[in-house]
Amino acid sequence: MNLLPIIDVGLALLVLGIATWTIAAREVFGAVVGYVVYGLLLSLVWVRLYAPDVALTEAAVGGGVTGVLLLTAGARLRSGGGKEAGEATGLPLRVVAAVLSLLVALGLAAVVLFLPEPPATLAPEARAGLAATGLGNPITAVLISYRSFDTMLEKIVLVLALTGVWSVAADGAWGRAPAPIGRMAPDGALTLLTQTLAPLGIVVGLHIFWVGADAPGGAFQGGALLAAMWMIVMMARLAEAPRIDARWLRLALIAGPAVFFLAGLAGVAWGDGFFSYPPGFAKPIILFIEAFMLLTIAVTLPMLVAGPPSKGAGR
Amino acid sequence: MTPAVLAGLVGAAVVGLGLYGLIVDPQPLRKLLAFNLIGSGVFLVFGIVARRGAAAGFEFDPVPQAMVITGIVVAFAASALAVALILRLSETSGGVSLDPAVWTKPDDKGEKGDGQ
Repeated sequence: MNLLPIIDVGLALLVLGIATWTIAAREVFGAVVGYVVYGLLLSLVWVRLYAPDVALTEAAVGGGVTGVLLLTAGARLRSGGGKEAGEATGLPLRVVAAVLSLLVALGLAAVVLFLPEPPATLAPEARAGLAATGLGNPITAVLISYRSFDTMLEKIVLVLALTGVWSVAADGAWGRAPAPIGRMAPDGALTLLTQTLAPLGIVVGLHIFWVGADAPGGAFQGGALLAAMWMIVMMARLAEAPRIDARWLRLALIAGPAVFFLAGLAGVAWGDGFFSYPPGFAKPIILFIEAFMLLTIAVTLPMLVAGPPSKGAGR
Repeated sequence: MTPAVLAGLVGAAVVGLGLYGLIVDPQPLRKLLAFNLIGSGVFLVFGIVARRGAAAGFEFDPVPQAMVITGIVVAFAASALAVALILRLSETSGGVSLDPAVWTKPDDKGEKGDGQ
């Protein structure tokens, strides 16, 4: 007897149950914990869709890093004394919202059930491009070669988002370090966990990046794991967040997009145009670009979570 | 029903749940959480497009999958910016609300809406 269909249905019910909880929970804290669990369960669904690369990203970024971001935000809101004000929505609006949401969900479900036949696909084009790159993982090939422009712009979006976060700092705090993530006085258990976990996590993160050329993984997934390790080190107060005007930090932030852009320009000089990699050298160039993207992702995500520079945290 | 169709239906339901939370919950942080739910539902629906596009020896179409990976990271960046704005609003106005009436009421004893 094949158990997989039962597991699929069980997983679907669990995901829906947890999603309902994140909306219905009374406290922000409970809702965010629900969201983290939701992200982890969702990554199992991605595995069932033959998408281990997406599953890794969802677990690390969608669940983990976003979870820490929201938990930190909830804690900072409470400690700031700011109430999350706002009147509860009245019953009539709730009913209208429920009907509207139901209609949208049903419409989407209809789209899912009646997708066109035969299905649209770009897989043959991606397969054709894969041979030229020398990579084994088609996702990495699509990200860095076949649709490299998207990926470069996405790195720039990360830097722009961080610029936006920093720009809401109070005037007097500019150039200082962000406020610490988490509690002021960490307990021994967290310190021990960090000292045990961080070295392992760094090795695993680098491994996921390195095998990403041929197996599920890559700069996004490895970078997110390295980012998580830096965040847990900051949470345990084993290292403080850097000042935002530190030269090395600025360089690490722009390293990924800058190297990516220069590699694209080199394609104009050598080859057939922007982002054309010379035949035979595609794989080393792609790994070179990915190494700097890894650095940028590993530095940008924790700085986004840490938030704007804070007056109290200057050094 | 294949696992892909089931996952697509879960995605559709999650979008509905998230939309409801986004409209009904008055707290900005909860709205942000609900918005992230909508996003993940959209990614799931896109994920089944990727699964259906299996061809050329792949079990999936790598292009939509790569776009979902990019999307997850961009969604996080946007959430971080939203969190920074919410916290700044809380700092300057003493409370977080999207209701303009809350911070323009004359009887707030000067605690709110005074800029710094």
